[in-house]
This record gives sequence, structure tokens and C-alpha cells, in this order.
Amino acid sequence: MTIEPMVDSNEPPVLALSGVCKRFPGMTVLQGVGFTLRRGEVTALIGENGAGKSTLVKILTGIYGLDEGEICVGGQSVHFASARAAWAAGITAIHQEPVMFDELSVAENVFMGHMSVTGAGLVDWRGMQDRTNEILHLLEAGFSATTPLKLLGVAEKHLVEIARALSHDSRVVIMDEPTAALSTREVDDLIRIVGRLKAQGRAILFISHKFEEIFRIADRWVCLRDGRQVGSGAIADVTSADLVKLMVGRSIGNVFPTRETAVGEPTLQVDGLSNATEFADLSFVLHKGEILGLYGLVGSGRSEALQALFGLSRPTRGVIRIDGKVVAIHSPADAIAAGLAYVPEDRQTQGAVLAFSIVENVTLASLRRHSSGAFLMRDRETATARSVAERFAVKARNLDQALGDLSGGNQQKVVIGKWIATNPRILILDEPTKGIDIGSKAAVHAFMAELTAAGVAIILISSELPEVMGMSDSILVMHEGRVVRRLTRAEATPELIVTAAAGTLESNVA
Amino acid sequence: MNGSSILKRREASLALIIVMVMAAVGVRAPIFLAPATQLNVLIDTSILFMLVLGQTVVLLTRGIDLSVAANLALTGMIVGLVARAAPGLPIAAVIGLAIAVGLVLGLINGFLVAVVGIPPIVATLGTLAIYRGTIFILDGGAWLTQADMSKAFLHFPNATLLGLPHMVWLAIVVSIAMWVFLNFTRRGRMLYAVGGNPVAARYCGIDLARQQLLVYAISGMIAGLCGYLWVSRYGIAYVELASGYEMTVIAACVIGGVSFSGGIGTVPGALLGGLFLGIIANALPVIGVSPFWQMAISGFVILTAVIVNARTDKPASKIILSEAKRAAVGPR
Amino acid sequence: MSQFSSSPESGAVHAGAATRLRGLLLRWETALVLLLAAAIAVNSVISPYFLDIYNLSDATTNFSEQAIVALPMTLLILVGEIDLSVAAIIAVVSLAIGVCSDQGMAPYGLMLVGLAVGALCGAFNGALVAGLRLPSIVVTIGTMSLFRGIAQVALGDQAITNYAPEFQSFGQGYVVSWPPVPNSFALFLGLALVFGVVLHRTRYGRALYAIGNNAVAARFSGLNVARTRFVLFVMSGLLCGLASVLLTARIGSTRPNIATGWELSIVTMVVLGGVSFEGGKGTIPGVVLAIFILGTITWGLSLVNFAGIEISVVIGAILIVTIAAPLVLKRLARRFASGSS
Repeated sequence: MTIEPMVDSNEPPVLALSGVCKRFPGMTVLQGVGFTLRRGEVTALIGENGAGKSTLVKILTGIYGLDEGEICVGGQSVHFASARAAWAAGITAIHQEPVMFDELSVAENVFMGHMSVTGAGLVDWRGMQDRTNEILHLLEAGFSATTPLKLLGVAEKHLVEIARALSHDSRVVIMDEPTAALSTREVDDLIRIVGRLKAQGRAILFISHKFEEIFRIADRWVCLRDGRQVGSGAIADVTSADLVKLMVGRSIGNVFPTRETAVGEPTLQVDGLSNATEFADLSFVLHKGEILGLYGLVGSGRSEALQALFGLSRPTRGVIRIDGKVVAIHSPADAIAAGLAYVPEDRQTQGAVLAFSIVENVTLASLRRHSSGAFLMRDRETATARSVAERFAVKARNLDQALGDLSGGNQQKVVIGKWIATNPRILILDEPTKGIDIGSKAAVHAFMAELTAAGVAIILISSELPEVMGMSDSILVMHEGRVVRRLTRAEATPELIVTAAAGTLESNVA
Repeated sequence: MNGSSILKRREASLALIIVMVMAAVGVRAPIFLAPATQLNVLIDTSILFMLVLGQTVVLLTRGIDLSVAANLALTGMIVGLVARAAPGLPIAAVIGLAIAVGLVLGLINGFLVAVVGIPPIVATLGTLAIYRGTIFILDGGAWLTQADMSKAFLHFPNATLLGLPHMVWLAIVVSIAMWVFLNFTRRGRMLYAVGGNPVAARYCGIDLARQQLLVYAISGMIAGLCGYLWVSRYGIAYVELASGYEMTVIAACVIGGVSFSGGIGTVPGALLGGLFLGIIANALPVIGVSPFWQMAISGFVILTAVIVNARTDKPASKIILSEAKRAAVGPR
Repeated sequence: MSQFSSSPESGAVHAGAATRLRGLLLRWETALVLLLAAAIAVNSVISPYFLDIYNLSDATTNFSEQAIVALPMTLLILVGEIDLSVAAIIAVVSLAIGVCSDQGMAPYGLMLVGLAVGALCGAFNGALVAGLRLPSIVVTIGTMSLFRGIAQVALGDQAITNYAPEFQSFGQGYVVSWPPVPNSFALFLGLALVFGVVLHRTRYGRALYAIGNNAVAARFSGLNVARTRFVLFVMSGLLCGLASVLLTARIGSTRPNIATGWELSIVTMVVLGGVSFEGGKGTIPGVVLAIFILGTITWGLSLVNFAGIEISVVIGAILIVTIAAPLVLKRLARRFASGSS
């Protein structure tokens, strides 16, 4: 780093956490987290999905309260009752998915909640726009304060969020995976901006999965695993291998079930699947009993491509063959009839009907099979649900319990069970273990092995490296809507996959 | 300055359509374009203008106020009864009373929505019935006629100031006040935030319940004011006064591009929506078309407006492919 | 690690909330039954005429046509939609019947025309909502004006009144003479049974609840959400057609302002029945109970010479209080729970 801010070691840390605990019904998501942020330092917060990073961000920004522990700002113990209180203490966050007002201008998005007024009590548009333009100029943004937000892309919206943080003159800026949806060039720009914030003496908490960035920008690191802090220190003292080991907490080989990779004949052949803006030329062959891993960063087009395959959107081009025959899939119903099943990434909004009971959720995708004529057969439904609950060891009081009352892991087991009830031949799992506890995770992995042994073919979409590497027979890596790398289980190394996914490897293998 | 170009384009096209309608009517019946006729259209539409603005602020927060017409009728009746009992009451006091009564009725809605948590459509559906029924209970179903009202009471809305009737002046004042409120006050801008993205609004520390109380209060005050104006202009007050008029008000909002899903809507747009309905209502008799066409035309226009607005509102699909990104950035 | 053992306390609280919620759902219908019993008791005390079987039979004709439309409205609100054009469809259908009647069409032909025109109007709504994915509240506010406007244009200030007696007997006749059950009431009971069975016993009903609770998850599970919405709007139009046939036959005339304001009373029936605008919640028995309650109160109050408008005050108040009560109770319970901990 060329810029060395003045750091007075006697000065109290800008932000200090100690013993922070947070519980949700049925799950402890954070326990004993404690670290400090100092002026002019970037601290990288690392950890797998579900390790508790997002929860920590919500606590620091006043969205959640904490159950135990203490937060000190500038040496003073604080308690944030609201988002406003966190701002007032000088903490702002830049969220992974920008939460903003599409219909309003950039200036308003920056100043919403703390607009300045003139002497007459009216909004000081002039001043607000000038101030916003100043900040935007500082950020080298290619748009102005008066631009409507809805015309901006994701990267530009991130700049607006950063501008918002600067408008508060925040002492602490939290960046929650700000680079997840950015291209390489945009990431470079962002890193330059972070450097500038650092030089201004702000403390930055930088959350990222990308080690390359972390090593470029961070001074210190904190690692979370399953809600616990498993380490922290200076970035100069570690290697990325050390961090991976800490994050995962185990060597990859022994936590995943060993599978006989007896790959059968081809069952699904996809050829040149494309749509206009999200993905292009997706081609692969999936065999019976095979697990095909699909790795890519959030926003790389992997979910969009497979949702098109499942009939949720219309691809513009491409041929789908199942067992050699071309099939036309125009709706999820067609896909289910063709033997496909898709467990979506977002359990709460796409997978589960939270107000429905376990029974009602399990049979939702196979209602016809559970009725006689139009009439639902409750006995048949209960039998299916019971077998799912037993097979997955779903923890619930009874089968009539609403899904919303179960823990995330158990909800996910029921959602997967819903698809098993359709007797699929091809199962697409989109981030099946995101945000669930280790026990449920292992159950899902064991179940995948069991299915493939029975000849079911699985496509596993995951941004969790150990999972993709531990479970897949072959791996496709996507970047910006295209497959940029194809690897067999033997060839795959974390470095190869990560570099391909980050787009740093420009050679297009597809 | 802060509105997006798309919104401006939407208002411009609505204005253009209105001009075209006026021109078409003017060709068939030139008298329609005479200043006197135009002034009459304005006078006739003044109440609608104000009510539309009241409804707009409610719609901005994803709410709806179905009780406006009932509020208007009840306030009109109360003011009429008070004025009958005290004929000497100065007109300023009458207007103040109307606004106060309207405010109370609006705050009842606001309380039910913001504090109790009843969905706006249910709450105002209930108060609609209650407010209107209260009129009957107040006067036993009797009518108030001109004979019950003092000269000053009847005279005020039509009396002119600088060539314009008071009624039009009031509409102008309310419009300007609302425009300033929505564009130049923090609270006004917060309404857009609350309706546009309630979650993000919470992240910005905005209190939803307070915004809701505020908008129903505004809608109520305007309805109250209009209650007096309606009663005095037409010299009559009775249970069914302005019955069903809430739908006309809502229709004007839809035509004016105010979105039911919150966060979208401007003062000029809402006024144009009201103006459109006002012009249609006044133009039909002039060109010899039966006024019975009015409703069908407004229905047709509402549907057209919804379809057109939905086209422009459709979110662009996610852009992931780098070449698609270039293509999307290029023409901008 | 077991999910529940890590935090047994909060888990128990959460589960408790769910049971309470279920209990509340049960209690909604229970509360309605009690309300109905109270209304009947009060009515029979204040008016000796209330329990007279002919009076009761007469009373049902005043709400049966609206009640028929309340059934598809229940399903629409259940899946998160609304049809505000129902009364306007009734007007258009009545117009169509009137025009055909003037052409000398036979009574059963008129009935078919009524059903067909109603279904067509519903299909128009459905196409706009499901096909173009427009918000149903705005669409049906538009078609409300459009349909009613068509009736106004066609009729002006005229009315069609010369209906054949055979046709009028649809709306005025009885299925059986003792006990006297009017046609419209019998049709409502039959339809309520069908709707109840479909909603609570078949996979179509399950699909409606799924869509109402989480339309995205329903679509991801292979349900055809758009087609379901379309069918529900057609169903709404169809039963508006039926209601219009009954109403037109009963009053023996078609005027442009026929059934004005019915949309609001029908929505009131459904909401009072416990169907939530958030979607996914509500039952047919609840709505049927609410219809009986409203019918009983209306009839009882009119027996003691309350004006229609006064009755609407009572109904408005009942609507607000029944919706507000559980919300207030929940809030008080929460305040009590947090205050004691």
C-alpha cells in the first residue's frame, strides 16, 4: 500500500465488538464474536455462506438487536435501536444487493433520511445536488446527482451506496460483498475507492469471498465459521491457504460422502442454451448417477440459465434432449413431466410456502399423484410426507407443523423432499446448503450420494468451493453468463476454479 | 429536476392527448374553446383537482382512501347544519370548521391504518359506510337546501378575486402547496421513499406509521374543505351527496400516472388526470354526445393508461453477458 | 447439532406463536358463529316477526344474489387479487338480457346469454390481469367504469321492464314451497357447497392457497399461476352473470344503475368472513357465516325500522371492529409478554 495514514496506537478503536451473540428461534447464528476496527484500516471479514457475516452486518447497522455482548464506538458503549442510531454513531453499510429507491434521483438516494433544508424549511436541492456531485466526482462516477437511479447498473448503484456512506461522513464503512456482481474492471475501480476511503482515515469492514481482493486491499482479517470467530490477525501474516483452511475448518476430502463414480449413460443433453442478456451457449451432457457442479459467483448467470432449463423463463436459443429425445419445456409443469426437478436458491421466497404445513409443502409439486380425481387423499399425502421426514430426519413436532416454524435446515430438507416426491430423474440443486447448519448440510450431501447411487443425475449449483469440489464428478465454471472452464474432479483445484470464476482467466474454454 | 425523464414524458403525452381532445372538440364546437367555457371547466373541476391531490399522497404510500366522498358529504352536512344554526358565522370560520372536521375523519382512517394496522382498503371501506350513515343519523335523512344557507355561505365559492372564482383560487393554492410539499420538503420526499421501497425506507430510519397518519390527515383535510365547497356551490346537502365520487377521484389518479403500488406519482400528473376527466365531462354535452358516454370513456381511458404505464414501468431484465451490457449501455 | 436443542426457549415461544395462530384461525369461525347466534337472539327478542319462516325466507332474497358473487370473490382475494367490476358486470349482463328479451328470446335463452356475457366480461378482466400482468385493482376499477358505462350508453335514462312472467319466476320463485326456499337462496347454498368442497378438499383448492401464500413458490412447484388467475376471473364473471339473471328477474327491470355499490358490500362479506387481503387465508364456511350474519343484522334492523343507510353504519363498524380486534389483541399480548419478561 502506498498510502499510509497516520495511526495513533493510543487512540481508542473506532469500533470494538466483544462477545457478540445473536440467536434466532432454533439456531444460534453468532457467538462470542469480538474484534476491533481502527482508523485508516481495512479489515476483511471472511467466512463461508451461513457463517453469520450478514447477521453481523445487520447488528452493526441497527437492523437487528444483539442478545449478548457489547459494541463500542470510539470507546463508548452503544446500543443501536434503529438504522438511524447506527448512522448517528457514524456507521453505514453498503449492502450486497443495493436497497434503494429506483424511482428517485441519485441525490435523493444518497440523502434520503438526512436531507438538508434551507432557512425556509424547504429541501435544499441545490446544496444536496452539489454535495452529491462532489462526492460522485471523488468516486469518479460517470453519472450525476440528478440521474434517476433506475437507469444505473449494479456497479453504479454500489457507487451510490458508497456516496451515501460518505454523505454521512461515516467513520465506519461496511461493505458486504460489494464486488460480487462486478466485472474485473469495476472491481479495480472499487478497490481504488476503498484505498481512498482508507487514506481519509475511515475504518472499513470489507466482506468478500475473493482472496485476490482481500490480499490487495485488507490490512487485517477476521474469520467466522458457523457463527463463531475462529481467528483474526494481520493480513501480512497469512496465506490464502491458511484462510481457506480456517473458513472451511476441515480438509475437504473427509466431510463429503465418498461416492462410487459409476457414471451411466447420458440422460440430459443441453446444447447452446442462450437468452438475450443473462447467459449464452450453455452446453453440457449430464449422465445418470453423475453430479455436475456449476460454480460461479453470484450474478454469473448460473441460476438464470438453469431456471430457463426448468421452464421458468424462455430461452432464446438452445436444444434440450432427455434420453436422446428433444423435449420442449415451456413451463415448470413440462419440466416436471420430463423428469426434472429444481430446488431453488431462495428458500424463503421460491422454495417454501411458509404458512403451509410440512405435509402440504411436500406434496405441492405432485398434487395430482396425491389425489384421486380432483380430491386430495390425505392419507396418501401424509404417507409421502412421513417418508420424507424420516428419510431426512426432519426435526419437527409433527407433520402438521407450519414450515415457517422450522429451522432453515429443516425447511430445506422439506423443500428437497417436495422434489423427491415427484420422483425426478434429473435434480437441479441451486445452492442447496446455503445458510443452513452443518448437520443439515451433511444430511443433504449424504442424500445426494444416495440419489446418484440410485441413478438420479444431479446438477449442483454452488458458490461454496469445498462443496462443489467435494461433491461433483465434473465442474463447469461460469463467468458473465458463459461457461469459461470445464474441469473433471481430478483436474479441479481451488485456484483454477476461483480464477476462472473471477474472469481473470480470459481464455474461453467453452 | 428530480423527476425522471420517463415520468415527464408520461405527463407530456397526457397533456398532448388533452390538447388533442380539446382541439377535436373545438373543431366541432368552437364555443368550447372560448375563455368563458374553459373557465367553466376549471370551476367545475376544481373540487376534483383537490381531491385527486389528496388521494395521490395516500396512493404514494401504497394506501388508498375510499372514504373521501363520504368524508366530503359528512363534512358538508355538518358545516351546513352549523351554518344554519349560526347564520352569522364568518366564512373563514366555516372553512376552518370544514377543514377541522375533515381532518378528524382523516385521522380516524390514519389511526386505523397506521396504529391498528388494518389494511387501508378495509379500513376506508368501513369508514365510508360509517361516515355516510352518520349523515343520515345527524339529520334524519332530511335535505339541506339553499333556503337553509346564508347568502355569504352560498356566495363564497363563486365570488371572484382577480377575475377567478374563489373555488379556482383554492384549487390553485392547494395544488401549489402540495407541489411544494411533495418536491421541497423532507417529509414529502419520504413519502416517495416509503411507497417505493418500504424496506429501504426503514434502513433510512423513516417511520412508516407517521407517514401514514400524515397522508390520511391530508386526504381528510382536503375532503373536508371540498365538502363545504360542494355544498355551497350546489346549495344542497343530503345523504347521497357525491356518492361513488371516490371512484372518479381514483380514476383520475390512475389516468394521471399515480401508481397503486406506491412511490410513483406527481402533482402535475394527478392534475392532468383530473383535468382529463373534467374536459370529457364538459365536452360531451357541447358536441352533442350524450353525457351517458362519460363513464364508458373514462373506463376505456383508465385501462389504456394502465396498459401504457405498465409498459414503461417494466423492469429491464438483468444484464449479465458482457456484450449485452455494452448493448444496453450504448444507446443510453 | 440439533437445531432445537441449541435454544429450546425461543423455539418453544415460536412454536407457541404458531399454535396460537392456528387457534386464532379456528377462533375466527367460532367468533362468527357466536356473532351469528347473538344477532339471531337479539333479533328474535326485539321483533316477534323475525323468526317467522316466511319473513326469514324473504330475508334471504335480499342477500342471495350478492352472496353468490361473494363465493368467487373469496377465491380471488384468497389468491391476492380483487374484482371491483362485479356490480358493473351485473349491469352489463342485465342489459344483454334486456336487449335479448326485447328480441323475444325465451327465458332459458336469456339465462344462457346472461351466463355467457358474464363469463366474457370476466375473461376480459382475466386477460388483462393474467395475460398482461396488470394489477387487478386498477384493471377492475377501469372495467367497472367501462362496463357500467356501456350500460349507461345503451340505456341512457331508460329502463327495460317488459320481462316475461316465466323469466321473472327465476328470481321470484321457490325451489320448494314448504319450507319456502327461494331459487336464489337454494342456488347460493348449492354453490357454496361446491366452492367449499373444491377449496377445502381438492388439489385445485390447495393450489389456490399455495398461490395466495407464495405465488413464486407455487410457480416454481409447477402450478400454472397465470391460468389459475384467469379462470378465477372468468368464474367471477360467470357468477355475476347468474346473479344478474336472478336480480333482473326478481325486480323485473334493467336500469343502468342496477346493483350500484354492490362491489363494496360483496367485499365486506368476504373480508368479514376472515379472508385476508394479504392472500392465502380464509375459508368458505367463514364467508358463508359472515353472509348470514350480515343478512341477519340487516333484516333484523330493518324489521325495527332502521333505514338502509343506518344499517350500513352498523355493518361498517362491525367490519372494522372484527378486523381490528385480533390485531389489537395480538399487540396487547406482545406488549404484555415483553413487559413481563
